Amino acid sequence: MIDPKLLADHNLTLEEYERIVALVGREPNLTELGIFSLMWSEHCSYKSSKNFLRKLPTKGKRVIQGPGENAGIIDIGDGLAVVFKIESHNHPSFIEPFQGAATGVGGILRDIFTMGARPIALLDSLRFGPLAAPRNRAIMDGVVGGISSYGNSIGVPTIGGEVYFHEVYSKNPLVNVFCLGLVAKERIFYARAEGAGNPVLYVGSKTGRDGIHGATMASAEFGKEIEQKRPNVQVGDPFKEKLLLEACLEVMEKGLIVGIQDMGAAGLTCSTTEMPAKSGTGISISLDLVPQREEGMTPYEIMLSESQERMLIVAKRENVNEVQKVFAKWDLDAVNIGEVTAGRNLRVSFRGETVVDVPVDAVVNLCPVYRRPSRKPAYLRSVQKLVLPPPPGDLNTALLKLMASPTIAAKEWVFRQYDHMVQTNTVLLPGADAAVLRIKGEKRGLAMTLDGNALYCYLDPRTGGAIAVAEACRNLACVGAAPLGVTNCLNFGNPEKPEIMWQFKKVIEGMAEACRTFEIPVTGGNVSFYNDTEGTSIHPTPVLGVVGLIDDLDKLVGPGFQEDGDSIVLLGENREELGGSEYLRTVHGLENGRPPGIDLEREKAVQELCREAIGKGLLRSAHDLSEGGLAVCAAECCLLSGTRIGCAIGLDDKLRPDALLFAESQSRLLVSTAARHLSQLLKLAEERAIPAKAVGQVGGKELIIRQGGREIVRLSVEQLYEAWKRAIPEALSV
Amino acid sequence: MKFGVVIFPGSNCDYDTFYVLRDVLGQETVFLWHKNHDLQNVDCVVLPGGFSYGDYLRSGAIARFSPLMQEVAEFADRGGMILGICNGFQVLLELGLLPGAMLRNKNLKFLCQFVQLRIDNPATPFTRLAQRGQVLRIPIAHFDGNFFAPPENLAKLEEQGQVVLRYVDEKGETTEAANVNGSAAAIAGLINRRGNVMGMMPHPERASEASLGSQDGRLIFESLIRS
Repeated sequence: MIDPKLLADHNLTLEEYERIVALVGREPNLTELGIFSLMWSEHCSYKSSKNFLRKLPTKGKRVIQGPGENAGIIDIGDGLAVVFKIESHNHPSFIEPFQGAATGVGGILRDIFTMGARPIALLDSLRFGPLAAPRNRAIMDGVVGGISSYGNSIGVPTIGGEVYFHEVYSKNPLVNVFCLGLVAKERIFYARAEGAGNPVLYVGSKTGRDGIHGATMASAEFGKEIEQKRPNVQVGDPFKEKLLLEACLEVMEKGLIVGIQDMGAAGLTCSTTEMPAKSGTGISISLDLVPQREEGMTPYEIMLSESQERMLIVAKRENVNEVQKVFAKWDLDAVNIGEVTAGRNLRVSFRGETVVDVPVDAVVNLCPVYRRPSRKPAYLRSVQKLVLPPPPGDLNTALLKLMASPTIAAKEWVFRQYDHMVQTNTVLLPGADAAVLRIKGEKRGLAMTLDGNALYCYLDPRTGGAIAVAEACRNLACVGAAPLGVTNCLNFGNPEKPEIMWQFKKVIEGMAEACRTFEIPVTGGNVSFYNDTEGTSIHPTPVLGVVGLIDDLDKLVGPGFQEDGDSIVLLGENREELGGSEYLRTVHGLENGRPPGIDLEREKAVQELCREAIGKGLLRSAHDLSEGGLAVCAAECCLLSGTRIGCAIGLDDKLRPDALLFAESQSRLLVSTAARHLSQLLKLAEERAIPAKAVGQVGGKELIIRQGGREIVRLSVEQLYEAWKRAIPEALSV
Repeated sequence: MKFGVVIFPGSNCDYDTFYVLRDVLGQETVFLWHKNHDLQNVDCVVLPGGFSYGDYLRSGAIARFSPLMQEVAEFADRGGMILGICNGFQVLLELGLLPGAMLRNKNLKFLCQFVQLRIDNPATPFTRLAQRGQVLRIPIAHFDGNFFAPPENLAKLEEQGQVVLRYVDEKGETTEAANVNGSAAAIAGLINRRGNVMGMMPHPERASEASLGSQDGRLIFESLIRS
């Protein structure tokens, strides 16, 4: 009955199938085949990426939990820990933007609260195709609406993130969702099924036919048949999840349960195999007891359904009544569907028959790991060549054009739709370098950011990978936070193509080197391969989520200038590095060259300097130079000041004027300081051998930039504001 | 003053409100579970923001049937103080304790942002510490905050001084741009005729600490505490 077509439908190779037969000791039935196909999918097994991910540093003295659990955990001291993770929901969001994005939020929230933590922050990294195309506008509108509907309803603030636009995302938008939770260290829970005889409880929504094969869908390229995949996307119910969140935290707080796991990708299959696999036990369940919302579901459908808002709990036997009482209080059922067994198999019965009997270890741990061939892509040679066009005569126009490019323009249209203030911890509103939350009752704060420049990674994957880490950490330095840990979402094309595998390998090498330099562990993340539609791959897009700690929130600074007369200081060096810049792309239509170089030791020193200066109370503002370079950075410092104050900056560098204004050379920050602190700041920089120069003053209503005394930019802040603020709403309201 | 913050399934500003009342303002504060018929002798009931029952029907339409709402209605009849914030305001409208209804915001999007509010009636227990025309900066966060009432009812509300808060610009003027959600007469906060039940869409609990960017919301709670 199992033929090549059936295997192809399940995305399994013949070799993989033979291995399954050997591991089970017989031919699997259809339900068992379905279980293996899900758990051995790229999405669940990491079979193509595992070998490379091992290169990332995962250890550190604050690490409580590294990769391999629902989320990573970092000790922040005083008995508290943060639990955080990022996940992709790319394919579902393309097929059905609103529900695809909404269920992405729902999924990552469950990953956090299954560990006992209350989720306190969401961030999203979103990549769309250009807004000139109606389809891309519809996708963006749907994705933002979906995130908004789920996060707002459940009451977890969406406090930051990033939105990028590029043609490569037209048929493959990226929706990467990050969540962070806070937990008392002694109340952390894991996905464990310990204690033979302990009951297995099913809680949350009923099981339907939705989402069957979601994980396998995420593990294949898309062709033109995507309309038919729409039923593979689940529908989210944030209200149900809010009840589930409160009920789960309550039974955990009361110490009533042994282990818990959410039924996300791969649903009941994943939780009933992973939990016992981690504990060296087995699980036996009866599908007749699983709450179902449709009639006539087969064991295959019940086991593979990805219906949302469901969890599996292993409780202490004597506490079942107490657990059920808590769930009843929140109008939820907790149904006893089976028990933990001493044997190491998953046994599933249905109408009196055993329909599944497979070793959990085989399902979870014995998927083949691939060392797929990699080859340096041919495109690199041509795209790395750059013949610079002459600088434009009118640099004001070029700057206005950059301010209005959707990647740089104000994202208020997006953030206004997210409740970013609920839970009353948000001390820095969206739009700053990093999102900052207070911890109630403490002086300390948490900072977090998402970052990743995909064009850099396309032009030079290794450098791009290193810069992604460096820039995310630099964002944290701007608010005075020291980075503690990293999660990452690696979005790539089809790993069966050697060129994609090469990009993947190089990006990880760059990331690993940067993480080692900054001494920050990677505590988990997610790999999303097969981001190809109709044969075209996206740019390699690593999205780095970095979490940091601020010792004293009283000293917090933001990116905006504060006071008339303050001195502006540029930390770092300007170079003629225009390759891969937003300027070349927006103004000249070029995506060539090599990305800016990065000296990681210098980068680390600049970040330490910024943190120290903030800690000593020397700074009034700090902003990182990234897309759009110095000119865009200075303009943003004006726009993000409460009163839209201007500034005058003078530089002597003998670079092309467009390179001086728009090059994206790394390890640079633009900070402002009260005049009385200027010499102390410069001295601090000198001690650390960081180039630092007083380059201008805050004040007026214009942005003025001079090079060697010659004025190259003069624009009113109001004009910059209009261009920056209107771009996205106008592009969307066509 | 003893405050009671009601928890409906789906409430999500319950803890925020509780925190401000108890930890910031030092008031005795308890949670009131929606299924219990017990107001625990509180002096003021606060219906907090959130998405009660997911707001899948009309916002607040199901929460009004919660068991505790019987006691809340009786409490209102006895002259007890009730403050409804955001979803809590919507529940008060559904309960009929305040007149009118909420439509989707005029741009058909959820809106989370700081707004300016003008105090148009300082002679209420919720605003007694304010001056007439004083402008407060407090955030909103809602999808259905576009207040509606028929013209004849609006005229009555104005006449009887029931309009307490209005969306205005920095100068305190009502403008179309400042009325972000499109509310009739730019109404952001309403009180009943007796003066003991107020509903407001903006979130005063999100503007009660300096570190969150505004303390203007305290005026509402502190007025109550002094009353």
